[in-house]
Amino acid sequence: MTIEIIEEGLHTTIQDQGRLGYQSYGFSVSGPMDEFAAKMANILVNNDTDEAVIEMSFIGPTIKFHQHAIIAITGGNMSANLNDRPIPLAQPIQVKKDDILQFRTVKTGGFGYMAIKGGLDIPEILGSQSTVVRADVEGVLRGKLAVGDTIPFSHSCHTENQLHWGISHSLFNYIEQPEEVIRYLEGPQYDWFDSDRFEQTGWIASTQSNRMGYRLEGTPIKKRKDQQLLTEATTFGSIQVPPNGQPIILMADGQPTGGYPKIGQVVRVDLSKVSQLRPGQPFRLQKITADEAIVLLKSRERLIRTIQRFCQEKWGGIKLW
Amino acid sequence: MLLQSISENAIMMTLPYTPDSSAYLIAVKQQLENQSFIVEAVVGYRTITVYFDPLRISHQKMKKVITATSEQKQTEKINGRLHHIPVCYDKTFGIDIAHVMKNKKLSWQKVVALHSNPTYNVSFLGFSPGFPFLTGMDQTLATPRKDKPRLEVPQGSVGIAGGQTGIYPSTSPGGWQIIGRTPVNLLPLADDRPTLLAPGDQIRFYPITKIEFEQLQKEERIKNDN
Repeated sequence: MTIEIIEEGLHTTIQDQGRLGYQSYGFSVSGPMDEFAAKMANILVNNDTDEAVIEMSFIGPTIKFHQHAIIAITGGNMSANLNDRPIPLAQPIQVKKDDILQFRTVKTGGFGYMAIKGGLDIPEILGSQSTVVRADVEGVLRGKLAVGDTIPFSHSCHTENQLHWGISHSLFNYIEQPEEVIRYLEGPQYDWFDSDRFEQTGWIASTQSNRMGYRLEGTPIKKRKDQQLLTEATTFGSIQVPPNGQPIILMADGQPTGGYPKIGQVVRVDLSKVSQLRPGQPFRLQKITADEAIVLLKSRERLIRTIQRFCQEKWGGIKLW
Repeated sequence: MLLQSISENAIMMTLPYTPDSSAYLIAVKQQLENQSFIVEAVVGYRTITVYFDPLRISHQKMKKVITATSEQKQTEKINGRLHHIPVCYDKTFGIDIAHVMKNKKLSWQKVVALHSNPTYNVSFLGFSPGFPFLTGMDQTLATPRKDKPRLEVPQGSVGIAGGQTGIYPSTSPGGWQIIGRTPVNLLPLADDRPTLLAPGDQIRFYPITKIEFEQLQKEERIKNDN
């Protein structure tokens, strides 16, 4: 069972929950930029939430299916069409052998996700099916997917039941109608900086943004005094301030350690929002406490479980072949 | 000692800096990682950052665990390995060695001798997979980073940045002054040992000629294909 990349898109990769436990060896955690959208794609096809998905960035790929499959697409709207007919986001979709699935330039947000029912059948590297960054490896995890790559998947399946159900599009309002506020926690070097200005300034993500980091543009942040930092741990969402005062938010492929001071840390539930920011889209930063962020995280977890139960019940009544 | 909640799933402990805190931090890391609710502990020059599942343990409890562990007498010996790493300091590989020689008014022989004399400690790995942050360089060789980083530094390049030295395990962008190259593969990617070097290990460099470099590179390729 395979799918084949006919056109590669801008930066198409494979991502599961990430490579946990190898940061001490210098490996990035990786994983999806928009974890919520990736989990929703998996839940829609009744996979484990952390199953590997195809992540597409800005310009989507064209994919040929060599066997029947059931898929779901979430995240930024890339005008997906199957054999030239538009297909909806956020619901399970049947794909037949030899079908061509085409994505175009993203219209909302920046990252789209496709899950295949049963998951991808590729060997793990260091406990993960996420693309390995900054190391020379072979196979489909070596970097972005390229024309001619074939990606094995676990189960070919189809059903005679109608799959006319999905999850509410309002779950993706953070992409369709983004709010201006991104919440963050104080970083370890918060008091090195003029933090009032950091919150008052309107920021935009520059075009120099990718899976490693988003460079922000706005009024530069000044250091109160000249201090140098000794290299220490960094993580997805760390807001570093390099000497030019223009912050960089480290993203999913960010390095595990860094030498720039960190004014803040984007809260976990807002990382999806940051990931889906489009270059030039304005936003502001608002500080909250770690306790508040954990409450948000717990309520996000409950929401995910609720949606998962709904989809599991739907799948319980569907006969698969 | 300072404990900060730096994200929902991470607490960082910062020590007052002493150049030899590395062995202590690595011992604390190993003890912390034995606890099931801790995903990973990442060591820096004077910090240890503990990643955990905030849905399973509170920050308050986690801080107590870190404090208790850090206050225990660290008797556990780090089983570090000593690696002998061949380096060809020829100018074809050491593309910035002439810059270091000029900057420091040192001969090629002297730069090579100063760099290959000490035993270096691997404090931690970071920047990119397998990239070692080494302490122990002779400060006579300290040279600032390049003003503009290179887009591509070849795999195996040995470089200097300020008072530190390190090796690029894979081809990547980088701003370090490159003084040589090793044919040794630093990224075996085995599950139990993803990188050749680990925190707590030690390194000694020894100079080789270009002919020896090519011979060793061939042997490494055969080893990696098997």
